Formats: sequence, C-alpha cells, structure tokens
Amino acid sequence: MEALFHVATFYVFAAFALAGAAISAFSRRLVYCVFALLLTFLGVAGLYVLLSADFLAAVQVLLYAGGILVLLIFGVMLTHEIADVSTEANFTDIKFGAVISGILWLLLVVYICKVPWAVLDPLPPYAPTTRAIGLQFLGDYLVPFEYSSFVLLLVVLGAATLARKEVD
Amino acid sequence: MPAPLEYLAVSCILFGIGIAGVLTRRNLLVILMSIELMLNSANLAFLTFSRLHGQLHGQVIAIFVMTVAAAEAAIGLAIVVALFRQTGSVRIDEATRLRG
Repeated sequence: MEALFHVATFYVFAAFALAGAAISAFSRRLVYCVFALLLTFLGVAGLYVLLSADFLAAVQVLLYAGGILVLLIFGVMLTHEIADVSTEANFTDIKFGAVISGILWLLLVVYICKVPWAVLDPLPPYAPTTRAIGLQFLGDYLVPFEYSSFVLLLVVLGAATLARKEVD
Repeated sequence: MPAPLEYLAVSCILFGIGIAGVLTRRNLLVILMSIELMLNSANLAFLTFSRLHGQLHGQVIAIFVMTVAAAEAAIGLAIVVALFRQTGSVRIDEATRLRG
C-alpha cells in the first residue's frame, strides 16, 4: 500500500514538473512561460522529498519559487508592456535547434541506459538531512562554501553595476 | 519506491526540454528560464545519486548548483535589462552590436 502511494506520488510530481517545463519552454505567451515555471519548481521540490532530501526541498521552494521566479517576473515586467497582449516569445530557426537538441538528448538517453547504476539495496530509511548537511559544510566542503559566499558578493556587485542607469 | 532509472528519466526529459528551449527560442528571458530548467534537472540527478549511494555529497553539491543558479538569474536579468535599455527589445536576433 505504501509503495503504491509512493509510486503514485512520484508520477504526479513528475507530471507536474514535466508539464510545467514543456509549457515554459514552448509557450508563445511569455507570462505563461514564467508561471508554468512555478509548476516545474514545485514538482521538482516534491521529487526531492521523495528522494529523502527534505532540506533541499525547502530550499528549492524558498529559493526558486520564492526568489528566482520573482526575479524573472520582474524581468518580464521591466522589459515588456505587461498590459500589451503581444508579449509573445517567438521561435528562431526551429529545425536547426530541434536537430541539435535531439542529438544531444539521444546521447543522454543512450548513456543513461548503458551504464549499470549501482543501487544500494535496501535503500537507507528516510532521515532528516539538515544537520548532516550543515556538518558537511563546516567539514569537507568548508572552502567551497566560503568561496560560494564570495561569488554571491561578486554577483550582487556585478548585477548592480550592469543594471544601473548611466549618469553623466 | 520507483526505480532510480525513473528519476533519471525525469531528469533527462527535463534536460532535453531545457536544451530545446535554449536552442529554439528567441526571447532572452525564455532562454534564461530554460537554463534554470537544465540546472534543476542536474540537481535532480545529483539527488538521485545521493539517494542511491546513501551519501550526502550529492545534496551538498546540489546546494552549490542552486547558488550558481541564483547567481545566473541575477546577472542574466541584469544583462536583459541592460540589453532592453540599449535596443528596446530582448530578442536575441536583434542584439547584433558588440558595443552599446
């Protein structure tokens, strides 16, 4: 019973994520694209929970659905007349792009099917991960962690420099 | 629990949609969104492997990927706004000048 519930939840979240992704990558209406992205982010967050990553699921909701999506909506509003119905997003030469992406995707599928993935059997039980991740950050990953905070500082400065108004 | 291959399949399809979006769309904002999709699919693969091996390294790396995604969104949108000021449009086929 529990396994069935797990499988059903997996397919629901996967359908959410993939449908949202398809709409946001292929819709002609820019506003639809942005809001379908919310569906994807929430679906992926649900998959994270099923993968026993509770902390990352929360971060996904806070950072993607809360932060990045709001930034993107600001981007749409700053660069388009939002009341204008023609906020459409056209396609480039679709054949070329479709062929290249199809080839890349096929390569990916072939290699995923070819590699014999090692699976722990039985899988470890669900456990909270927040404390363990924090210990990793202060242990093995201390230098990358500090470095990423430096990167974020540079990003703030860079974004402010790029987007500021030129004043003579 | 669905087999790990199913999570990888979702990640793979998500990545494929992201590539197709980047290569076929003309609006810079949609391209940014497709890049976010690809980063999300990479994260999903990391977490799948983390679960399969019973280790947390994949989850820690996924947090770094999220940092990069946030940085990409911030800088990308700053570039979009700057481009819109210069050309009055965010279509990549109209951004043909190297120097504003």
